[in-house]
Amino acid sequence: MKMRLERKLIQGDFIPRADDELIVCRCEEITRGEIRRAVYDGMYTMGEVKRYLRAGMGLCQGQTCSSLVQNIIARELGLAPGEVGISTSRSPARPIQMREMAMDGVNE
Amino acid sequence: MHNKEVIIVGGGVIGCAIAYYLARMNVKALVIESEEIGHGGSSRNGGGVRQSARDPRELPLAMHAIRYMWPHLSDELGVDVEYCQKGNLRLAKTEEHIKILERVIAQGTSLGLELKLIDQEEVREICPYVSDEVIAASYCPTDGHGNPMVTTLAYYKRARELGAEFITGEMVQSIAIRKGKVAGIKTKLGTYESDQVILAAGYESRAIANTVGIDIPMQRVLVEALVTDQQPSMFPQMIGTAASDFYGHQTKHGSFVFGGMTGLEPYASEVERPVTRSITAPSICRAILGYFPAIGKTNIVRTWSGWLDVCADHVPILSIVDEVPGLTLACAFSGHGYGIAPAVGQLMAELVVNGSPSLSLDAFCYDRFKPKS
Repeated sequence: MKMRLERKLIQGDFIPRADDELIVCRCEEITRGEIRRAVYDGMYTMGEVKRYLRAGMGLCQGQTCSSLVQNIIARELGLAPGEVGISTSRSPARPIQMREMAMDGVNE
Repeated sequence: MHNKEVIIVGGGVIGCAIAYYLARMNVKALVIESEEIGHGGSSRNGGGVRQSARDPRELPLAMHAIRYMWPHLSDELGVDVEYCQKGNLRLAKTEEHIKILERVIAQGTSLGLELKLIDQEEVREICPYVSDEVIAASYCPTDGHGNPMVTTLAYYKRARELGAEFITGEMVQSIAIRKGKVAGIKTKLGTYESDQVILAAGYESRAIANTVGIDIPMQRVLVEALVTDQQPSMFPQMIGTAASDFYGHQTKHGSFVFGGMTGLEPYASEVERPVTRSITAPSICRAILGYFPAIGKTNIVRTWSGWLDVCADHVPILSIVDEVPGLTLACAFSGHGYGIAPAVGQLMAELVVNGSPSLSLDAFCYDRFKPKS
């Protein structure tokens, strides 16, 4: 089970930062500012940010950006990175063509 | 601890939508979710916003949502929910399949749905990528699809902005009763007080309802899907088959999402969290490539799985519970709750606030299940 989180509105307006344009998820071209803004909008976990923005949903499936995204969420919420959880690793480990996958389990 | 007008158990698309429509009626809800927002079926479904092949009881809710709610939902919530209304094709390869489609079409059109059988040539005009094996299809031009993950989070975000409260990572264990009426819910940490509790927690609703002697005839069944990498825009329709061997669509992003059943889902191992099985993605791929050989070289980037809360008659329970005043059920969606979620959210809010939803929910009563004899 996830850590208990109360989803109270963050007081005050969203404050932009100088490095908000930095691309964090390279596959889906999601910036640091978009992730910070998603947290401000209430996305408090890795899973929620992923589903809201597609950060970590691209070709590498978050193998590059996961820990960066985790750190940004944690910093915005004032938590330790481990406390915002990780997103689920999903098969296959590397992309595989549908026509190859279709052959699995078929008698030759 | 807390005293809320309404407590909603479950932060999926149904719970978040109810919280949003309640907030619009100036009723502040507290949503309690054991995992994270949209953790369950709301992030593990095909995204269909579909009227065709719906149960006649459910069809009016789907038609209402598609006519009056889905077209402006992104504007209303301030988030693009990727709603795409470009029709649903249910593909047929054999005469047997056409017979299945004819039954579905007769049922839908008798209730006023625009749904027709089209031949191979017409299918090709709508979707040129189908294989030669496809000989016909049913076509419903007003069907479509959306992004269920974003829709859920959009309802959550807007409800939160309008004053609904959300707690995640806290599991509801039981319903608290005082003098024969609902007094709130209990968690490991304590009691949250309210005289109105709505269970919208999917299959988990059953164990919670059991704590006040109410059972819900539903089963937990595995559902699995695969997602491809980003592809050029090929076809915008929601796709299904008369054989029910796969379903899916291409998302706004460009990736395809395809689900399918192997037939062995009810016998999947009992595990706490849903896991994908090695037999499923190959099975779905074989089915897809029989209809769409052109996408054989497309890469699969991930697979996912989830639980369906399958009701005994495959139709949800949207109902006040007479024996337990203050308890309301919104569960057992059986794998097709997403498309009707806006209508369900609105109607459940109306049901709880004034007892008179603007569309009848009588067909979804919790005590409609009778023994055979």
